[in-house]
Formats: sequence, C-alpha cells, structure tokens
Amino acid sequence: MLSFIVFFLFHFVVDPPHYYPAWHDFMMSSAMSIGTGVFFAALLAHAWVGLRDVIMDYVHAIAFRTGLLVLVGFSLTAIGVWVVRILWVRHG
Amino acid sequence: MMSLHYTFSSMGLRAVTESQKPRPVFFNLAKIQMPVGALTSITHRITGVLLAFAIPFCIYLLDLSLQGPPGYDRVVAMLDDGLVKEAVIVLTWALAHHMLAGIRHLLSDIDIGSQLPAARRSAWIVNIGGAVVALLAAGALL
Repeated sequence: MLSFIVFFLFHFVVDPPHYYPAWHDFMMSSAMSIGTGVFFAALLAHAWVGLRDVIMDYVHAIAFRTGLLVLVGFSLTAIGVWVVRILWVRHG
Repeated sequence: MMSLHYTFSSMGLRAVTESQKPRPVFFNLAKIQMPVGALTSITHRITGVLLAFAIPFCIYLLDLSLQGPPGYDRVVAMLDDGLVKEAVIVLTWALAHHMLAGIRHLLSDIDIGSQLPAARRSAWIVNIGGAVVALLAAGALL
C-alpha cells in the first residue's frame, strides 16, 4: 500500500493529469486498474482487522459488539463492490 | 519478591517500591502525563479509525472523477475548496502518523527498538515525523 501511494504521488508530481482524458486513460490502463484494485483489497482487509480490534477492545456488550461488527463488515464489503464497479464495470 | 507500584510524577508514569509509594495519593488530573509511547499508540488507533471513515469519501471522489469531464471538473473544484484542503491536510497527517507508527510496531515485533530508550526515541520520531509530513502537505496545498 505504501509503495502504491508513493508511486501515485510521484506520478502526480512528474506528470499530473490536467484533463479528464489523461486521468481516465491513466486510471483505466490495465496496470493501473489492477494496481488500484489490489491496493483497495489490501486497504479494506486492513480496515477490517483494525476496526475489528478496536471494537473488540472497547465494546463489550455482546449484542452491540456483534451489531457493530456486522455493520462494519457489511460496509467494507459494499465499498469493495463499489471499487470493482468503478474499475471494471462502469467505466471499463 | 518486591512488589512494584506505579505512580504519576513530573517524569510521567514511574515504577516505585511499596515504601517509596507516596501516601496519601492525590491525582492531579491536570498533571497526569502519558508516556510518549502511549501517545503514539493511542494516536495510531485514532488515526486508523479516522482513515477508515475517510475511505468512502475518497472512493466517492474517485468514482465522480472517472464519470466524465463534468464529474472530473467537479472533483477538481472540490479539491480546490479551502475546507476540503484542510481535511486533506488532516488526513495526510493521519496517514503519515499511522504508517510511521505501524512501521515502528512491526520493527518492535521483530525486536528492533523494543527496549525502552529506543522505543521512546522512535515514538518521538513517529509523532514529529507525522507533523512534519502534515506541514509539507500544508505547504504544498495552501
């Protein structure tokens, strides 16, 4: 994730996409869409582990804890579907 | 075996023996200080939760920016807004701190810098490093 962010920032420094076509072609190239997809998969997995740990440390009432975990899991899954749609369904 | 107790002083949290333990104990809440490692640790949690909440907003911007020239222009205009820029700077600080603290944690897992003096030094480096990155982002954006 760190190397992806560094690469992304580096690209914006050396060759910033000033217009929509340049931005679209950059993001939709197969290398960039696969890289972005892998980045978000890793990010969402990490968010799950981190939020799960925080919830289990601070929320002890079992019903509330379970509800929150289900909510977080559902939200992160929905975000993952959203990313897939952006990268490969809607604009691909 | 001598039992150790913990006391708050101007030096932060300190371990003392039973006989050294000052009595009666009055906590001056304004004077309780967190050890720097604890500050790094709790900030790592807070920034993590903050970053998690930022994910859908970032993906919304990505989505909008890729929907066509009008969407792209709207995202550019949004990112030019002062309040949004401030949010980006805060999130940049959160990301920098979270990453540096995460690397520190990984290193201490493999026994690099897990002794107290080194751990305190690296905790300072993380806290200051995050602020430095935030200042760089502010300089670049404002």
